[in-house]
Amino acid sequence: MSTGPSPDQVPLLELDGVSHAYARTPALREVSLTVAPGEVVAVTGSSGSGKSTLLHVAAGLLRPQAGRVHLLGHDLAGVDATARAVLRRSEIGIVLQYVQLVPDLPVLDNVALPLTLNGSSLAAARTAAADALAEVGLTDAASAAPAELSGGQAQRAAVARALITSPRIVFADEPVASLDPVGGRQVLDLLRGVTARGAALVLITHDNTVAALADREVRLRQGSVEHEAVLR
Amino acid sequence: MSMAEIHLALLLAGPRHGYDLKHAHDAWFPEERPLAFGQVYATLARLVRDGLAEAVDTRSEGGPERTLYAVTDAGRERLLAWLATPAPPAGVAGEDVVRKTVVALHSAAAGADAAAVLSGQRTAHLKRMRELQRSTPPAPGSASGLAEHLARRHALLHLDADLRWLDEAVEALRTSAAHDLATHSTPPATAPDDSPQAHHAPTQHSEESTR
Repeated sequence: MSTGPSPDQVPLLELDGVSHAYARTPALREVSLTVAPGEVVAVTGSSGSGKSTLLHVAAGLLRPQAGRVHLLGHDLAGVDATARAVLRRSEIGIVLQYVQLVPDLPVLDNVALPLTLNGSSLAAARTAAADALAEVGLTDAASAAPAELSGGQAQRAAVARALITSPRIVFADEPVASLDPVGGRQVLDLLRGVTARGAALVLITHDNTVAALADREVRLRQGSVEHEAVLR
Repeated sequence: MSMAEIHLALLLAGPRHGYDLKHAHDAWFPEERPLAFGQVYATLARLVRDGLAEAVDTRSEGGPERTLYAVTDAGRERLLAWLATPAPPAGVAGEDVVRKTVVALHSAAAGADAAAVLSGQRTAHLKRMRELQRSTPPAPGSASGLAEHLARRHALLHLDADLRWLDEAVEALRTSAAHDLATHSTPPATAPDDSPQAHHAPTQHSEESTR
């Protein structure tokens, strides 16, 4: 069971007054948000409400024009691009709506990729990847090419890859929007499983049934937090 | 049942006869079955008994004797307390969700906040969805497991339909508020003789009564 936010817990993620605009169109306006260890937070809103920009800012992929972002104890303003990339590869998991497996690599090596990029030997990385594939029920697909997988299988492989480094926080942007209900449910259960070891999950979604799996909902409208509610 | 609170809301605009109440109710809720006069008078009698409404005048004016009813302070409090409590997020809560929203839009002058009603209802619905999805899934392969699964899906999909409607309502309320702000920043061409909150209603009374 997740523990949720409490004053004595250091948040894994903290956004304070974050604003960002593309050209002159504001995408985020003074957004503040904290995510505690073991928490599932749903960031919801219609398309264009700023959800994906929020994910990019929170995961250190985009530097906001105003406000502060603290991720896993780092003030991202003081972390250069290289260090941010290392942080993403080692302590953050990211899952997107459309799976981005490398087409030329077998599924096993796709899942092993974060570890080999972090300097693991190929043999060690493959062993860990085989375990990760077993966790998501894809042992039989290890030597398959990504193109041979169904949508649900490919997304489970992407989840295995995102979780192989045991990230402390996982960002998922519409992770099941292109899956059928059964496949979607499997992916969501796998993602939610990270809270058992104290990691947090940030679910970006426009789908109410997905949002309803979270402990807390943060709802965006035109780049601002319109509504925030504890669902537990 | 929300009938008592709806009657209280209908009395907010000023004292009314049972006859007027029935027609005002039917205009607010054009999709529902028209109210029977018997039900109006039974509800009014209960409201008076409970101190939520009072008879303020009785007139005959040549026709049958008619009593004018008014809402009391206790009635006003009861209405606001009802609006502040989300409808039970059951699989088929739809009607009550609509009732609370319609009543809130018509009761702004008494301190009702339609945006807060919508936001509270969204949370109640999501919480119920969360419970439904987190409870142990029914065992597959048996008739009772299948029946339970289907009943749960029915509840989830109806809650989702309500949530989509709530989203639309929030959006419409925002647009209407922005519109009001824009029109009220210039002096009104004619003095409005009805209450300002009537302009927030998603549908106009005149359209409803001709349906």
